[in-house]
Amino acid sequence: MTTFGNLLQQLINAISMGSSYALMAIGLAMVFGILRLINFAHGDLIMVGSYTVLFLQLAGAPFWVAALVGIAATTLAGLIMERVAYRPIRGAPAIDMLLTSFAVGIFLENVAILIFTPISRAFPAPAVMTQVLQYGALRISSLDLITTGVTFISLVLLTLFVTHTKVGISMRAVSEDSLGARLTGINVNTVIVAAFAIGSMLAGVSGLLWSARIGKVDPLMGFYPGLKAFIAAVIGGMGSLSGAVLGAYILGFLEVLFQGLLPASLAPFRDAFVFLALIVLLLFRPNGILGRPDTEKI
Amino acid sequence: MPQTQPILALKEVYVSYGSVRALKGVTIEAQEGELVALLGANGAGKTTTLMAISGILRPRSGSIAYRGHDLAKMKSDAIVQLGVMQCPEGRHIFGALSVLENLQMGAVSRKDRQSIQQELERVLSLFPILKQRIRQTSGTLSGGEQQMLAVGRALMARPSLLMLDEPSLGLAPLIVESIFNVIQQLHNQGMTILLVEQNARQALLVANHAYVLETGQIKLSGKAEELRTNPEVQRLYLGG
Repeated sequence: MTTFGNLLQQLINAISMGSSYALMAIGLAMVFGILRLINFAHGDLIMVGSYTVLFLQLAGAPFWVAALVGIAATTLAGLIMERVAYRPIRGAPAIDMLLTSFAVGIFLENVAILIFTPISRAFPAPAVMTQVLQYGALRISSLDLITTGVTFISLVLLTLFVTHTKVGISMRAVSEDSLGARLTGINVNTVIVAAFAIGSMLAGVSGLLWSARIGKVDPLMGFYPGLKAFIAAVIGGMGSLSGAVLGAYILGFLEVLFQGLLPASLAPFRDAFVFLALIVLLLFRPNGILGRPDTEKI
Repeated sequence: MPQTQPILALKEVYVSYGSVRALKGVTIEAQEGELVALLGANGAGKTTTLMAISGILRPRSGSIAYRGHDLAKMKSDAIVQLGVMQCPEGRHIFGALSVLENLQMGAVSRKDRQSIQQELERVLSLFPILKQRIRQTSGTLSGGEQQMLAVGRALMARPSLLMLDEPSLGLAPLIVESIFNVIQQLHNQGMTILLVEQNARQALLVANHAYVLETGQIKLSGKAEELRTNPEVQRLYLGG
């Protein structure tokens, strides 16, 4: 294969990885921007969605029906999470909210282990997601194209939402200045619920693509992508939506880059190198790439 | 003096921050269409009073009545829906949002799309500079322009009670003058205004009534022109 073809393939791979992280990171960044809550249970939403899709398919539902219900289930799970776990402690110190989010995550994982056992099950992805398309020497998996396309559409819709709707603009206003927002008459509650709904919905979409990628479903499957999404949001500047997306793609690119550059003996330690690069980046930009210094608001 | 039912009445309001008592039984009244000034030194409790009216701070006791509603029990967005709008100290505009988006947020609690557009045109004619900057990110505006935006945003709610907290703080004299012109105009149009100002001289010139707060209590109150000639007010707040 030509070097150019190889590069192009790696590029598509990186974009596809970045896309998966981006869809996850947006939800984290949204909720953080508004509540200053780092929701570590966000990744576990993926698991909720994936099991829903799995069992619906096993029950005979066509994939697209299962997928839509799965995304709806993820959204609902996110909303329940907000109502049951986070609303009662709203306004509590950040550390309390962080610990609560760990508790929610651990709770969800263990409930899943109890119900579904820790054993992973195969995820039946439809044929359209598992094809390998061949263009001359270039081989592209259809899943990479679908992931990239779906993410692109989601980002366009999200951008339209936060710039053209009342709730969307309110969301940016609350994350910018929550006291100013309350004095202006913005219903902060509506905004928080909307952030959880949209963030969870995107996590549902991302989870679906993620399950198809790894080909299996298990109770702890959300941990790894959730962590990556968190890192993406930190690189981009916690709370900034465009930052989260940018951070996600940087993370995707670094992963693919190190995968390609590292000698075989070091390849298993790819993530260590990726994180090293990120630590260096954060040394120079402690608030992330697009983050602003968090000026204390009274 | 003929007394009608006041539109706003704070009765014996106590507010604490933890163990610090910020308001110790504040009683304030405003008649419809009045411009009431709230004067006092830093830390006297002026901003605390406004935050209690806006539903941001909850009184420990006392009542805040506005047209028959007890604001002390209502949420901030419901209070704005009643027409009680605050333009806070330090402006609190949304710096990453455009000027237009900031103004739109001022009308967020309103449902009447048609008249929101009219309000927008009115605000822009009141502050023509904002019209030139309408698409600009508001964080890039000058201090004076940001203050105009903050007042404009508050007006977008079409408030029946407008509260202005230190609208002239840190601004150049020319801009202070134009802000006070707007306040005077709004007052002439019949809007009820509660004005917090460190610039007591200017405030007493435009106000009907004034209250002087000191360490969380009302120290003096009365007609503005009476307070202007009050020797204690002159000594403490008018510099001679």
